[in-house]
Amino acid sequence: MAETVPSHPPAPEEGHPHHEEMSFWSKYIFPLDHKMIGMQYLFTGIAMAMVGGFFAYTFRMQLAFPGIEVPGWGLVSPADYNALVTNHGAIMIFWVAMPVLIAAFGNFLIPLMIGCDDMVFPRINRLSYQIFFLSVLVLIASFLVEGGAFGGAWTAYPPLSAKAEYSLTPLGSSLWLLAVALEFVAFLLGGINFITTAMNSRAPGMKMYDIPIVVWMIVLASIMFMLSVGPLVAGAVMLFFDQQLGTGFFDPARGGDPVLWQHLFWFFGHPEVYVVLLPAMGIVAEIITVFARKKLFAYKTVLYTAFGTGILSFTVWAHHQFVAGIDPRMAHIFTITTLLISVPIAEMCFVYIATLYGGSIRLTTPMLWALAFIAEFLIGGVTGIFLGASGADIYFHDSYFVLAHFHYTFFPIAIIGFYAGITYWFPKMFGRMLDDRLGKIHFWGTIIPFNGIFLPLFILGLAGQHRRIYNYEHFPELATPELQALRVLATVSLLVMLGFQLVFLVNFVRSLRRGEKAPQNPWKANTLEWQAPSPPPHGNFATLPTVYRGPYEYSVPGRAEDYWPQNAPE
Amino acid sequence: MIERLVASASSYAPDIDGLILLIAVLVGFWFLLTEAVFFWLILRFRARDGQRAEYITGEEKSQKRWITIPHLLVLVCDIFIVVGAVRVWYEVKQHLPEAQQTVRVIGQQWAWSFVHPGPDGRLDTADDIKTVDELHLQKDVTYHFELTSRDVLHSLSIPVFRLRQDAIPGRVIRGWFRPTKTGVHDFQCAEICGIGHGIMAARVIIETPDEHAAWMAEHAPTTSLAAAAVR
Repeated sequence: MAETVPSHPPAPEEGHPHHEEMSFWSKYIFPLDHKMIGMQYLFTGIAMAMVGGFFAYTFRMQLAFPGIEVPGWGLVSPADYNALVTNHGAIMIFWVAMPVLIAAFGNFLIPLMIGCDDMVFPRINRLSYQIFFLSVLVLIASFLVEGGAFGGAWTAYPPLSAKAEYSLTPLGSSLWLLAVALEFVAFLLGGINFITTAMNSRAPGMKMYDIPIVVWMIVLASIMFMLSVGPLVAGAVMLFFDQQLGTGFFDPARGGDPVLWQHLFWFFGHPEVYVVLLPAMGIVAEIITVFARKKLFAYKTVLYTAFGTGILSFTVWAHHQFVAGIDPRMAHIFTITTLLISVPIAEMCFVYIATLYGGSIRLTTPMLWALAFIAEFLIGGVTGIFLGASGADIYFHDSYFVLAHFHYTFFPIAIIGFYAGITYWFPKMFGRMLDDRLGKIHFWGTIIPFNGIFLPLFILGLAGQHRRIYNYEHFPELATPELQALRVLATVSLLVMLGFQLVFLVNFVRSLRRGEKAPQNPWKANTLEWQAPSPPPHGNFATLPTVYRGPYEYSVPGRAEDYWPQNAPE
Repeated sequence: MIERLVASASSYAPDIDGLILLIAVLVGFWFLLTEAVFFWLILRFRARDGQRAEYITGEEKSQKRWITIPHLLVLVCDIFIVVGAVRVWYEVKQHLPEAQQTVRVIGQQWAWSFVHPGPDGRLDTADDIKTVDELHLQKDVTYHFELTSRDVLHSLSIPVFRLRQDAIPGRVIRGWFRPTKTGVHDFQCAEICGIGHGIMAARVIIETPDEHAAWMAEHAPTTSLAAAAVR
């Protein structure tokens, strides 16, 4: 496999009207250029992150100060609360983590990093974004219909999600489901493109082991997504029929089984965690090698652990269902597989840490984010062990401990991973440098309050606080002043963190217009995207590159420079 | 660790707490070690003028053992945790000790109802005591519970017992607990079940034998009625 070196495919003629001045319409609204489609995903993802963040603000205010008029929302009713937590979860995973980490970075980076001029299927790529955009519209519509938005949690367990008489959202739940299904279609199309492009369009000379880790990770994530999403799409269709046509797939009164949905959902849902984790790990790998000026420690090991994680992730889903009424003997099997998956993930973290050894570390803003990813993700990783161990999960299941745990994984993935990537590739994307001082203020203003939000929630979880309750005053043991103080601490930290995001927005917008012009390769990196102009024009490279070596040849002894671009002949 | 925050009131609560402590010690050790090494490396290898990074591929055996040895040690820790988890799980969820009493727990939107056996100690007889949002138990008696739901998924959660179990419509799930301390504690629904999920609060009341007998005498359907039913 490693011997077959692909040559450049002929550029699809219809997709690339090179050097022609394009209209605003065809350049920004219906583009075929992978970079512009990446931007569309990026900006849609950022907009959705603001929506998801606003929801979090609203329900955290309600939890800290029950019954107040939340500025910007008003009184939070129980139905509001359920809809807010449901859609906060769904948005942050399906409409933020997925479009930003996989679609935005994948679209922008894959053709540039493997040294070709565009995706293999530019029109499918455009269709992918259009369907994604449609899914956003459908999701928004679900808030506007009679009965209000769906509030049955992002996991949408039937019978609550299946029957309007239980959920009280006859249209909201169907539109929500439709939006999720459309989003899946968008990412299936995008994933096909990523896999095909990375396998077929690599620059001459780029062997399998010369592909940058982030490209590998996005490709693996796309494969995992394709393999896992089928059962859930089937489940979504069945659930939709239950909602709208009155079938009984999940209705026990007519021979259906509500637990079946949980299997279909988590068979997708757990690999999904790794679908977003792997690209974030890839981004971190690129950044730490550049700013430690080090070759990635054991490149092949990283790759194999990612493969291992991918395969194992299909065997762990029922750890979400230990207490859901499955046969108790099943728990043993899933405890073992779940704890096994800690091994490749731990190994990946060890590899990244080992990469720092002997390095020459510069703590630039992207490097701070990349290092913070490792430091914070470790907390998410180790707390997961408590939940994977069946005996301990009896207590922790559906408690705030779970909530804090997965925010310590998803926040590093979706937010820290995003900031790491955007601060690192911003010069390439927009041709200007971000302000480093504002970047660092934003970094500390995000990381410190982030821990302030979620560390208290671990304690609340240990104290037995269960999830998705709009007001804990009904539970005497949870309504103590000490526990309420922790809730207030979490909410205040959230307010501080959200406030500091303005620093990023200011930095982003100001740098777009007035930032220092970025040189072609500001970080002195090896990978091919840095050998294209900043920003790369339509078609990416003036002459398509040929690859001579792996992506991480930093500080090679005997060379004058401490970096060695993949396409430099000598 | 947990009993400082929530009382421990069932026979298996100390075992679950012990398992959580075991995991906390093992993963806590790895967590602190990893973070310590991580921050030490960042401080130790900060860029200095005129000093170049080392070229280490990490592909040689002597280098790779820095990864493989910790990796094997993690695996060993995993085995300890799996053994602990399986033992506790078996005790709490898989193995059913002989019941002295059986109670029925029914979840519905948005209340818990309970059926207690009356003085005759059996369910489905005329002297059953039905309550809403109050589960009366006697200390040091091994109970089986029969858990079901009338509509959507609910989850029986009694933090002081360290017990959680989802209730599924159309199924009766059997489990057990043995209260070890008297007191009144929160009883929660831990699975989102609609707009009233947040008010689906109930209480578990654990009584001494005397108190329990008194409560039963007060609430059992009158003997004449019960006798009539038997006749």
